[in-house]
Amino acid sequence: MKASLSIKGIQDGLLVSIPEGNWDEARPAFLELIDEQTDFFRGARLALQLEQRTLGAAELGSLRDALSEREVNLWAVLSTSEVTKTAAADLGLAQYLTKSTSGADEDVPFETVLYGDEAVLIEKTLRSGNSIRHPGHVVILGDINPGAEVIAGGNVMVWGRLRGMVHAGAAGDESSKVYALDLSPTQLRIAGQIAVSPSRRGRPKPEVAQIREGQLVAEEWQNKRRR
Amino acid sequence: MSAKIITITSGKGGVGKTTATANLGASLADLGYRVVCIDADIGLRNLDVVMGLENRIVYDLVDVVEGHCKLRQAMIRDKHLNDLFLIPAAQTRDKTAVSPQDMVRISDELRQECDWILIDSPAGIERGFRNALAPADVVLVITNPEVSAVRDADRIIGLIEAEEKGPGKLILNRVKPEMVRRGDMLATEDILDVLAIDLIGVIPEDETILISTNRGMAASLDSKSIAGKAYRNIARRLNGEEVPFETLQGRDGFFGRISRLVRAGGVR
Repeated sequence: MKASLSIKGIQDGLLVSIPEGNWDEARPAFLELIDEQTDFFRGARLALQLEQRTLGAAELGSLRDALSEREVNLWAVLSTSEVTKTAAADLGLAQYLTKSTSGADEDVPFETVLYGDEAVLIEKTLRSGNSIRHPGHVVILGDINPGAEVIAGGNVMVWGRLRGMVHAGAAGDESSKVYALDLSPTQLRIAGQIAVSPSRRGRPKPEVAQIREGQLVAEEWQNKRRR
Repeated sequence: MSAKIITITSGKGGVGKTTATANLGASLADLGYRVVCIDADIGLRNLDVVMGLENRIVYDLVDVVEGHCKLRQAMIRDKHLNDLFLIPAAQTRDKTAVSPQDMVRISDELRQECDWILIDSPAGIERGFRNALAPADVVLVITNPEVSAVRDADRIIGLIEAEEKGPGKLILNRVKPEMVRRGDMLATEDILDVLAIDLIGVIPEDETILISTNRGMAASLDSKSIAGKAYRNIARRLNGEEVPFETLQGRDGFFGRISRLVRAGGVR
C-alpha cells in the first residue's frame, strides 16, 4: 500500500504523520523522502504522529539513529498505543507537543484562535547570500534580491519584488503557492517542480505561482470574487 | 582633530576600489584636509603603486600592528600634496597578520592625526574585508554597471548591514553614457532599484584614469579629467556639501532628453 506521509510545520519544527500499514514499508518510504529533500530537513526538529501503531523501543531507537545520521532531530512521538508510549518514554522522547494538537484544550480563552501551520514574518529585503528556511509559511515585506533564497515548507508571500530563488512546499506539498507583487525569480520551485521565469513582459503586476495539472504556472494574483 | 573613517569596498575585484581611494584621498587633501589612506589589502598591495609611492616604502601596516615601528614612521607623504599620506600594506604577509581589533586600534590612534582616514578594502568577503570594515564610520560601496558586480555589491551591503555599519553609500564607476542610452548597459536607476542605497557619485568611463594610474598621480588633480571632476564632487559630498549630480548624457539633443524624462518619471 502506498498511503502518503503528511508533513506539517508546527511551532516546534515539523510534525510528520506516518500512515497506517506495514512498518517495513513505511519506514524506508519516510527515510527516502528525507533523502530527497536533504536541504529542507537538515537540522530540523521533528515530531512523529504514529496514532495507534505499535512500535517497540528497538524500532523507535533505530529510527531515531537513522534520522540523526541525516542530521534530523527526533524529539517527540505521539501515539495512542501504550507500548509505543512506553518505548518513547524509555528513549527520553516527549509524548506531547507543547500545545495540545487534539484541540481538547479547555482553557483557550478565545474561540477564534486557529491552530494551523506556523508562519514567519520578515520585514526586510533579502540580499544576495541571505537564506531563510522555515517549516511553515514565510511572509516577506521587502524584496528578495538575486542570490538570496527562501525555502519554506508551506506558502511564500512576497510583498515586494521576487528576484532570487524561492522553494515553496519544500517537503513535497504540491498545494503550496508563491505570491509576489513582482514575480520575476531567477528560479522558482514548488514541491518537486522547478521553473525559471520567462523574460519580463511589460509592467510588473502581482502574481501567484502554483502547480496546476502537474505544471508550475504563474497567473495574475487577484480576488476571484470580484470578477 | 577627530578624523572620519571611510572604508571603500566592493565585493568583486577590479571595479575600482583602489583608484577611488587614491582619487578621493587626493580630492579631500586638495580641499585642505589632512588625509591618511590605508591599504588593507595585505599580500596584494596596490594603493602604493597607484599613488606612485612604491619606492618610498620602509615600514608597512603589519610593522605597525606588530610594533616594529611607530605609526608616524609608516605614514608616507604624497609627492604632490603635503597633507596626503599612505600607510601601505605588507606584500610578504597575508590577511591573518592583522585582526579587526588591530584595525580599530590603529584607526583610533590615527584619528588624532588627521581629518579623514580612507581604507582601501581588499576584494572578497573574508578576513581582509572584515579588517577594513571594523573601524569604518562610513562605508562606500563601489560597483560597475554589470550584473556580476551589482550582485556582489548587494552581498556586501547585506554584510555591512549585519555589522551595523549602516547601509553605506554607492559609487557607480565606469559608466558609459552612450551604452546606457543604447540599452546595452544597466541604467543607474535599475542598479539603485536592486541595491536600494543612496548614491554618492557616478564616475564616467574615462581614459585619463588609466593614464594617471600608470603615472602615479590622481586624476582628480587633473582639471581636464571628467572622472577626476566626478571624484572631486564625491569628496565635496562627503564633506557635507550639496553638489548636483553631473549630467553624463553627452550629446543627446532635445528628443533624447525628453525620452529620458519620460522614462525617469513614468512607469517604474
